[in-house]
Amino acid sequence: MSDTLSMAWAEAWIRDTQVVLAEHRMELIDLDRAIGDGDHGENMDRGFKAVVAKLDEGGIADVQGVLKLVASTLMSKVGGAAGPLYGTAFLRAAKSSDGDLDSQGVVAMIEGALDGIVSRGKATTGEKTMVDAWTPALEAAKAAAESGASPAATLRAAADAAAKGAEATIPLQATKGRASYLGERSIGHQDPGATSTAYILGAAADAAEAE
Amino acid sequence: MNVALVIVSHSVQLAEGVVELAAQMAKDVTIRAAGGTDDGRIGTSFDKVNDAVTELRAAGHDVAILTDLGSATMTVESVLDLLDDDELAHVKFVDGPLVEGAVAAAVTAQVGGDLDAVVVAGRARELFS
Repeated sequence: MSDTLSMAWAEAWIRDTQVVLAEHRMELIDLDRAIGDGDHGENMDRGFKAVVAKLDEGGIADVQGVLKLVASTLMSKVGGAAGPLYGTAFLRAAKSSDGDLDSQGVVAMIEGALDGIVSRGKATTGEKTMVDAWTPALEAAKAAAESGASPAATLRAAADAAAKGAEATIPLQATKGRASYLGERSIGHQDPGATSTAYILGAAADAAEAE
Repeated sequence: MNVALVIVSHSVQLAEGVVELAAQMAKDVTIRAAGGTDDGRIGTSFDKVNDAVTELRAAGHDVAILTDLGSATMTVESVLDLLDDDELAHVKFVDGPLVEGAVAAAVTAQVGGDLDAVVVAGRARELFS
């Protein structure tokens, strides 16, 4: 494990994410069918496959370059709400990621992603959205980095918190996005966007631990 | 420099239908459909919206963009985010109901309304007052 996360990590993260999202494609489709339009699993799978195809072309120089590539590809290839939301998240994460990332760099990257999602989706916590995974992820990453955790351990703390946050969306009633039209019937289902967030951050931690 | 419209819908057919309807009272207004994903599925496409805006601007139009649902609006906002400030004076999102708003915006453009007038008309606020 290294003190900073380089472009090799960023690339491994995104490739791992593609594999994980392909594995969980049906699960995300089912979650989204329950409270949305059912396209989330398909969209994320297609989006990250397109990202990996672009990565295969090479020519990326640093972490920021990888994150920018993810942003522009998701923006243009993902037709659902996830395209602009994750696209903006990765774009802001890229802007916050200059050079290799130490633990504070990891925090800044996650903070950038959350800021992007909040500004694009205008959601806050408790509305049963991906914000409910990114917000605890940022808090956990901050706490870990402040206590001297490595970048990998900081990402693991963020990923675990995102997974818990995603699970905690189950009893919530959706008040944002199309799920909000279901009112009380949105209760009892885990939010698909919060779930894919947990997978993405989980892949980031896995890739960092493998460095 | 007349105002052109872009109709953004999750559905290819809905976008084209709204264009057809709005054009009925606005035969001289350029109205572009940007419906569906790049490969024609349900969804919206950053590239379709961006291409429509770029082409209409290149042709000298100011551009008003209308959407059907929240994630279409997010796609449009993503496109607007990448424009520079000068361009933002010529390309605006219309926060209104798609069908009524498109008809009102198209008619306003037809009678020579500028971009601000088209945007106000397209919000169709009188529907909710």
